[in-house]
Amino acid sequence: MKIINITKVALLAVASMMLLPAQADYPEKPIGVMVAYGPGGATDFQARIATLASGKEALIGQPIYILNKPGAGGRTGWNWFAGEASQDGYMLGAYNVPHFIAQSIVFDTKYNINNLEPLGNWGADPAVLIVGKDSPFNTVGELLAHAEANPGAVTISGAGKFVGHHIAFLQFAKASGANLTYIPASGGVDALRMVKAGETVAGFNNLSDSARSAADLKILAVADLTRHAYLPDVPTLMESGVDVDDSSVNFRGLMVPSGTPQDVVDYLASKVPAMFNDKKTQGKMKSTNSPSRVMSRDEVITMWNERQAYLTELLAGLK
Amino acid sequence: MEFLNYFDNVFTVYHIALLVGGTFAGIILGALPGLSPTMSVALLIPFTFHMKPESGLILLGAMYTATVAGGAISAILVNVPGAPANIATALDGHKMAQNGKAKNALHYCFISSFVGGIFGVFILIFFTPPLAALSLKFMSTEMFWVAILGITIIATLDSKSVIKGLLSGLFGLMLATIGEHPTNAVERFVFTDHLESGVHIVVGLIGLFAMPQVWNLLENFYAKKNRVFSATGDATLIQSFKLVFSKLKALSIGSIIGSIIGIIPGAGGQIAGIVAYDQSKKVSSNRENYGKGEPEAIIAAESANNSMVGPSLIPLLTLSIPGSPTAAVLLGGLLIHGIFPGHDIFTKNPEVIWTFIDSLIIAQILMLIIGLFLSRHSKWIMKVPDNYMAVGILLLAVFGTYSIQNNYSDVLIMFTLGTLMYFGSKAGFSPVPVVLGLILGTMTEEKFLLGNLIGNAKGSSFQHFTSGTINIVLILLCIASIVYGVYSSRKSKKIKA
Repeated sequence: MKIINITKVALLAVASMMLLPAQADYPEKPIGVMVAYGPGGATDFQARIATLASGKEALIGQPIYILNKPGAGGRTGWNWFAGEASQDGYMLGAYNVPHFIAQSIVFDTKYNINNLEPLGNWGADPAVLIVGKDSPFNTVGELLAHAEANPGAVTISGAGKFVGHHIAFLQFAKASGANLTYIPASGGVDALRMVKAGETVAGFNNLSDSARSAADLKILAVADLTRHAYLPDVPTLMESGVDVDDSSVNFRGLMVPSGTPQDVVDYLASKVPAMFNDKKTQGKMKSTNSPSRVMSRDEVITMWNERQAYLTELLAGLK
Repeated sequence: MEFLNYFDNVFTVYHIALLVGGTFAGIILGALPGLSPTMSVALLIPFTFHMKPESGLILLGAMYTATVAGGAISAILVNVPGAPANIATALDGHKMAQNGKAKNALHYCFISSFVGGIFGVFILIFFTPPLAALSLKFMSTEMFWVAILGITIIATLDSKSVIKGLLSGLFGLMLATIGEHPTNAVERFVFTDHLESGVHIVVGLIGLFAMPQVWNLLENFYAKKNRVFSATGDATLIQSFKLVFSKLKALSIGSIIGSIIGIIPGAGGQIAGIVAYDQSKKVSSNRENYGKGEPEAIIAAESANNSMVGPSLIPLLTLSIPGSPTAAVLLGGLLIHGIFPGHDIFTKNPEVIWTFIDSLIIAQILMLIIGLFLSRHSKWIMKVPDNYMAVGILLLAVFGTYSIQNNYSDVLIMFTLGTLMYFGSKAGFSPVPVVLGLILGTMTEEKFLLGNLIGNAKGSSFQHFTSGTINIVLILLCIASIVYGVYSSRKSKKIKA
């Protein structure tokens, strides 16, 4: 009888300890990061590099593993993340802006900026306007002059619909007033192939991938507010006379679903940017040609809200 | 002959250990349904993070080579291709196993994989610059015609009748349209959230091949109709080598077709195996035996899917354009190590790249040795009682399916397709045309829509699809393939009559 009582008390004690806020000693086990794209792609390998340092005591203090949930241009993974992922801080997600915001505006998705909480941003990869190395066009002006003389004949490839490249295209077409044709390839690699092979007249692609392939391409302009350190000689679209801002820049960072306890969100938001700034991580980002831009939770919230407002307007006619 | 200078980098204890480990693990992973070459290489990339670039690449290359060959083991022994590249191998390989010649079939498979693999690596070493230029010439329209060429052979593969073959192919093509529209991103046939990301090719492969096999085995078990396997074959290694090298026609067709398909961006082993199977059947004097356990069929299919490996790296290394889905994952592996593909890759990183290519040659040799060694033990798999085998395949199928995209919906799709296929196979339908329809349907639709957009922008879509030397050659091949199919089926009917 006595033994049973002791067992009961012990069980009660254990049970009551489990009822205590779990986040008191958060994190006590490895943390997952859901990536909505397949392994080997840019988002996947950058996520792996950006979270390399998470195990350090001064940073998150637990290792991070990657969970790939690819499908439907990222929608499968993000729908799962907003609808089903655990809200205890042990499942983070990688976001791609403007992709997920644009999709949440155009499609009936389970996610939008209101049910996700950003933690920090690790990278920003602007779109660049490229043509093949044998192309007759050397400037944005020459390309647009050709488009004016031949309406619809200028084909521009990008990684798909409602991704950064597509946003850049829409902005470019709107600001220049030219009649251009968008070719949504199945991913950035195929879109780049089209430009190299001369299948399309031009393309919007990632600055990082294009800068690596500089021998096969001519990079006409960067769709960002300033020139990029990787390509100091390439003008921005604004400098080239087309009023396109940085709304298409592909921002990548980490987030948790809404409903995650506030102290967990605060803890992660205080540690995540420092983790991205880790010296070894930054070195690895640089050696793999991955443009880094570390931003805090507050900065990302502002950026998300700006994009939401702008993209709602830009995509209004396209639903 | 620069490649000869870097062999000493491969022959270090560490690198040889990586090669042996990578090859052995690759063969085993390749043999498990669901763990396709693409998956295996992807899983391995994080492990190479902390290695030196050449060490990481050696491991990835060994894995790529070995998984492609390993997929044949399950295709032959249990009629479940380990990866889409091994579909054609299952056709005759499993028939041979049923005829009590499993070991022989595995011997042919590994020897021809070795020959094809070495051929492919030598193409990579000696013909990279011209073939890189050629691979850029394969654009959306050319890839569309390659897919159509594949579709022309669907109906005649492994079906009791052309009508049933066509119907199954059509079903596969329809499966390919589920999910996101390739160019306007609208969802089609997504009546439940589970179909949101469409039917993944490997999910279809596992469902259509593994599930019917599970139900069949259980059916046999309850009917007390245990399989009788008197033997797994008596071929000695020398006999097997002699046989493979006496089938020079099948071997060279396989190696050449595999190499050509390797350089076409994004096509890969799944198409190489099946096209080589079909072409070797058309020119073989044993063509009546195809589908009944013909060694030539295995030789053509396996030399093709392994000779694809080397050439698929040509556009990857020089143009950053992957020649197969697995090469696409390998691109991530290169970038992580700061190796950026480009025409100057051989001069900028000679140490890393030549060591990697040399290691591919050694990996082929190791794959041959390990594969032949494992073939001796095929009887252990063949002797497993039906009920255990059924449960084993079921577990692997569920695990493999889930792990592709970490998605529970895929498991449901796999079960549904598999159960449908089980009843379909009772009515004389084969899974082969369905899977091919699924693979080729995705490619055909996407390339057609993109080519059409570009063609319309140029003025005439029809002209865009029908001009250019490669397009015309491919169109002629498609016509020849259809005409030949009709002609040979008439001829065989006349003989029967």
